[in-house]
Amino acid sequence: MSYTLNGRARDTVPVFTLKHLVAEITGRELSDTGQPLDERRLGVAVAVNAEVVPRHRWAGVTINDGDDIEVLTAVQGG
Amino acid sequence: MPDNDALEIDGVAFTSRLIMGTGGAPSLEGLGAALAASETELTTVALRRYTAEAGSSLFELLDEQGIRILPNTAGCFTAREAVMTAEMAREALATDWVKLEVIADEQTLLPDALELVEATETLVKKGFKVFAYTNDDPVLARRLEQLGAAAVMPLGSPIGTGLGILNPHNIELIASRATVPVVLDAGIGTASDAALAMELGCDAVLLATAVTRAQDPTRMATAFKHAVIAGRLASRAGRIPRRTHAQASSPIRDRADA
Repeated sequence: MSYTLNGRARDTVPVFTLKHLVAEITGRELSDTGQPLDERRLGVAVAVNAEVVPRHRWAGVTINDGDDIEVLTAVQGG
Repeated sequence: MPDNDALEIDGVAFTSRLIMGTGGAPSLEGLGAALAASETELTTVALRRYTAEAGSSLFELLDEQGIRILPNTAGCFTAREAVMTAEMAREALATDWVKLEVIADEQTLLPDALELVEATETLVKKGFKVFAYTNDDPVLARRLEQLGAAAVMPLGSPIGTGLGILNPHNIELIASRATVPVVLDAGIGTASDAALAMELGCDAVLLATAVTRAQDPTRMATAFKHAVIAGRLASRAGRIPRRTHAQASSPIRDRADA
């Protein structure tokens, strides 16, 4: 039972939401509307199975077996 | 300058007509110094998979300097990819501005006109303010404007080549006919290229590697700041016409007998 995060397989954990995932990988605490509690810019976007999920919905979206998740941020570029 | 000559894009006024991208800088520290020297007020970033190193330090740098962010769709080869990237950028960066880049192949990095038109149309409908990176084709530039692009950004020459403006006539034609801002984007090698772009009537210049990969990026950023100001002033001042034969500036009359 696994899902994909940025092209890498991860084990599925019960009742694990996008909010939990973003908080885990960024090390930032998030409100239920997806805002970082430290009030600094988070600068992250999430897509599940090629659909963008707005941050205010992260807390309500549970990660399912087989999901393909992309978490993007800004890097130096053109 | 006593007269107000702000660049206005989508209702936002900029004092600087130099847009310096963040691409190609070997260190964040060096990038910060170059951005500060350029006095740019708008910069581009790319969207990539999250890593612990990416993101927050770049945001800190840009937020500290008060530089507005223009996300790009660099690396997208199809309209579908570009639209998806723009939507991710809007979500990540809370801006509906996007530098739309849809390239045809990795060797030329030239825009794919068909995909570009399709992506512009889709993104405008979705409420994006599209800064369309395009070929130096006056017809395509006009089409993009008609589709609702907020700015058209013709290339001087292919990305990263530093070949300058290969078709000044076309750039001048694009600038003279556009009713949205025209930003010369890509191919700039040195300060005179940027000055020429402004003299040809462009509203701004976008560059990155011309600064970030110069031997002394901070000094080059300063050079570009002055070049864009000089080119803009020259463009507004009205240059003398080109003549075939010489025309003396000293009077011919009342010369002494030799």
